[in-house]
Amino acid sequence: MEHRNQTSTLISVQQEDFDPGTEYQQLENSMSVGAITTFTGTVRNLNLGDQVGGLFLEHYPGMTEKALQAIVDEAQQRWTLQAVRLIHRIGQLYPGDRIVFVGVTSAHRKEAFAACEFIMDYVKTRAPFWKKETTPDGDRWVDARDSDQEAAERWR
Amino acid sequence: MIKILIFASLREQLGCSQLSLDEGEYPSSLFALKEKLAGKGDQWRAAMTSNRTLVALNQTMIRQDATLHPGDEVAFFPPVTGG
Repeated sequence: MEHRNQTSTLISVQQEDFDPGTEYQQLENSMSVGAITTFTGTVRNLNLGDQVGGLFLEHYPGMTEKALQAIVDEAQQRWTLQAVRLIHRIGQLYPGDRIVFVGVTSAHRKEAFAACEFIMDYVKTRAPFWKKETTPDGDRWVDARDSDQEAAERWR
Repeated sequence: MIKILIFASLREQLGCSQLSLDEGEYPSSLFALKEKLAGKGDQWRAAMTSNRTLVALNQTMIRQDATLHPGDEVAFFPPVTGG
């Protein structure tokens, strides 16, 4: 989609599941890799002590894609990256389901680790997604965590 | 005309997902728009004055005031919880 600084980038907001193995292969195929880091987030079955039966991920169509692109652009400005793959699922999900994938390749591990963590921290605090979870007491909106905000502040 | 979108818990609290305001129906700035919407009732006032409510103008988050133009899209939503 974008080919800036010879970085190959994929950004996807999708209902369907993704295959981390396939994503890894795509990262490996990018040119002169030295380091590949990936992160996969999945739905927990417990939150704040309550059993979670499932969750619905709402988003802001249009802005979501722009926000993710801005996050990846910023990562590319901060570190020298070869490939970035960022996938976020939406809609109804259940415990154990994959929600989010971040994969980054760089010549060096420090850059790859940092960029991967940066992208996740910013996705958590800057991309317009909202989780509503189903518990035995009914549905509830998940509250934003201060710890996520603090994690994102570190990069300023 | 400007379009106003409301998401997630805020949408449920206000019972409103989308509004359109024609020329002459909306003020010239974002902050004045919040003030106008706050006048729609107690829930709206709480939403528009809460420092937890986030604002996006044309799909980019914004904290400061801005001039509104025809065709603008303004969105209000709670802190994000993706990832």
